[in-house]
Amino acid sequence: MMADKPSDGKRIDDPTGTELVGHEWDGIEELNTPLPRWWLWTFYLTIIWSAVYVVLYPAWPLIEKGTEGVLGWSSRGDLIDEMGAADAARQTFREQLAAIDVDKLRDNPDLLQQALAGGQAAFKVNCTQCHGSGAAGNQKLGYPNLNDDDWIWGGDLDAIHYTIAHGIRQDEDNGLRQGVMPAFDGAFDAAQLDAVTDHVLSLSKKAQSNAIGAQLYADNCVACHGASGEGDRAQGAPRLDDAIWLRGGSRAEIKAQILNPKMGAMPGWEERLDPATVKMLTAYVHSLGGGEQTVANTADDPVTEPEVDGDEQP
Amino acid sequence: MNSPKPVDGGDELNLYESRKTVHNQRIDGPFRRFKWFVMLVTLGIYYVTPWLRWDRGPYAPDQAVLIDLANRRFYMFGIEIWPHEFYFVAGLLIMAGIGLFLVTSAVGRAWCGYACPQTVWTDLFQHVDRFVDGDRNARIRLDKAPWGPAKVARRGFKWSIYLVISLITGGAWILYFADAPTLFRDFFTLQADPVAYATVGILTATTFVFGGFMREQVCVYMCPWPRIQTAMLDEKSLIVTYKDWRGEKRGSVKKAAKNPDEFGDCIDCNQCVAVCPTGIDIREGQQIGCITCALCIDACDRVMKEVGRPRGLIDYATLEACDAEAEGAPPQPAWKALLRPRTIAYTLIWASIGGAMLFALGVRSHTDLSVSPDRNPPFMLLSDGSVRNAYTLKLRNMESRPRDMEIALSGLPGAMMWTDTIGPDNAARTQIVAVPADATKTVRAYVKASSGTAAQDFSFILTSQDEQRESDEAPTRFTAGEEGQ
Ligand code: SF4
Ligand code: SF4
Repeated sequence: MMADKPSDGKRIDDPTGTELVGHEWDGIEELNTPLPRWWLWTFYLTIIWSAVYVVLYPAWPLIEKGTEGVLGWSSRGDLIDEMGAADAARQTFREQLAAIDVDKLRDNPDLLQQALAGGQAAFKVNCTQCHGSGAAGNQKLGYPNLNDDDWIWGGDLDAIHYTIAHGIRQDEDNGLRQGVMPAFDGAFDAAQLDAVTDHVLSLSKKAQSNAIGAQLYADNCVACHGASGEGDRAQGAPRLDDAIWLRGGSRAEIKAQILNPKMGAMPGWEERLDPATVKMLTAYVHSLGGGEQTVANTADDPVTEPEVDGDEQP
Repeated sequence: MNSPKPVDGGDELNLYESRKTVHNQRIDGPFRRFKWFVMLVTLGIYYVTPWLRWDRGPYAPDQAVLIDLANRRFYMFGIEIWPHEFYFVAGLLIMAGIGLFLVTSAVGRAWCGYACPQTVWTDLFQHVDRFVDGDRNARIRLDKAPWGPAKVARRGFKWSIYLVISLITGGAWILYFADAPTLFRDFFTLQADPVAYATVGILTATTFVFGGFMREQVCVYMCPWPRIQTAMLDEKSLIVTYKDWRGEKRGSVKKAAKNPDEFGDCIDCNQCVAVCPTGIDIREGQQIGCITCALCIDACDRVMKEVGRPRGLIDYATLEACDAEAEGAPPQPAWKALLRPRTIAYTLIWASIGGAMLFALGVRSHTDLSVSPDRNPPFMLLSDGSVRNAYTLKLRNMESRPRDMEIALSGLPGAMMWTDTIGPDNAARTQIVAVPADATKTVRAYVKASSGTAAQDFSFILTSQDEQRESDEAPTRFTAGEEGQ
């Protein structure tokens, strides 16, 4: 309730001693509690600030694109600058990496650590499509597991490096890592096939050997896979005497592989990636758990055949 | 409700108000002396702490209190907090919160009145005002005086003192985050990190503006605390109150002498208003601007002494006691307000959190192990048919000296382990790993179990190879699949 409404001046609410603004709803009147003046200034300042901002920076969306601001700043430009700076920072590392032999990496823990991180990233981009994000491969499709201790073409740093650089079964390559297993479809009758399969399984103690199978094996398989199935890394012939099977270790899978061997291929990455990245990938793959010590005594083949790693195999 | 009454004035409503400068008067008294004491202690702690040294040996910094963001460590005298022990900091924050509840429920806004940084620095700047411009009346006169060379010089001098204080304040802050003497030197030789300059700049500016100019406006307009306060005070909390039943009706000594029955004890001398750092009149009752600093009590007590009346017209009292006193009950001693179920409950909660943290500090180990098994692939079949799992171990050595740690397998019979650096040729049930001082070492460990081992739980046990033989056990799982590959 309010009384007189003087036309000229302020009115004061008695109990609080506060000025009234003159708004009234159902007898309730609004008191005037003025804001401090600095608050008002702060508010004006924010307005000025936003006006300046709109002029300086990209701010106003138009139909085609937005205003660009007189400073020429853009978040994309920022990103490009940052990436440039990051690249420049990595330059020394890449140069060091390019200069060092891959098997000397272990002597340089800092470099190795960076190489492992870079290798992991490069693996994610280039290799996971076949070998899987955890590098566990895929038995159905014949992509080798890179975590285990079985290496078809060798598992030390040099061998892995060579394999990554040159790939597996690349026709345009220099002929290394071309291991081929002939198809025996038609060469064996059903009984012979059973016998030789039994013999292969017996190499890893999964079946009884038999004379016919042993003979067939000796005639057809020993040259590559070795008398006791120990394999031959020089030709990329996998071991048959262990528990690891690239394309499955069941009787049916082994038979299928004897009759019509499937042989995987891997591109050579030398062409697609820079040498530093190939080294980083090498270090990473070697670190997965199955990496082998480099064997020093490679006196016989100085340049041409530094054992290929690989996992690819019929 | 009374009818609003018209007042003189222009037609315009006053929507924005410029600040009325508070020129508070010097006062002496027990509360003022206590305020001096708190100010000295708090400012002393703030400025001196970064310079204290604490010998932690060759592998850790020697600064007693250091928040080492880069290495993610917090050092406080003999205590070193690691990021994974952040619960200590959380505990301290909870204790600070409950401490605030405790203080508020017991003595109202005493935090605001004495210990709040805004209060302390405002007080400091008000002393600067007094030192440069003189006391209240001189300052009011100077404020009104037109600007001339003398006033400009005086203001310039005063503001430069403000600025120096602000700079020291902002400067001290960054010393908590790096080695103080080094940073101090680098700062003045322009070699410090830009972040340091930016931080000092911002803190100098805020101290200058908030302490020098905004002052009570920060408390009234910006601080949320006075608003939350209401929820924590009750009629049993000690607050600064004007006993209107005793003071009213106000009148001068003369008037009261003539007509003793009509007038109360307040002689309307306005001393309580003059000394108030926020410039309010406590006689109007409880209000948001009152920070409970009790300077008005000092002022009024002195006036009461001069006019020969009992002290305590304005006093620390509970609203309940005030009402009782108004009814004629004797004044209640203040300690009674402090000891009541609510304050005791807060104290117990506060103390038990503190006790629990002290206990945790006392028994915490300086050796810690955490294990995460590889999930991709979860296990690996090896050429000899055995199964291998890989784990990432984090070995923490929280002592400021390098130590050897033994990692051992517990459970998983027949299994062997090795690490990426030790290699499978040296596989064994236990391995020794050197962990640098005050560091976490990440180790990739491989565990190999013979063919046919079932999936099962087991643990890694980490044991420090020193007199203490601290150990930590990290349970994990060994995964094995069907006959693979
Ligand atoms: S009213 Fe009294 S207690 Fe409150 S702020 Fe002013 S001087 Fe301090
Ligand atoms: S100081 Fe005491 S006597 Fe003087 S005005 Fe304030 S309450 Fe009244």
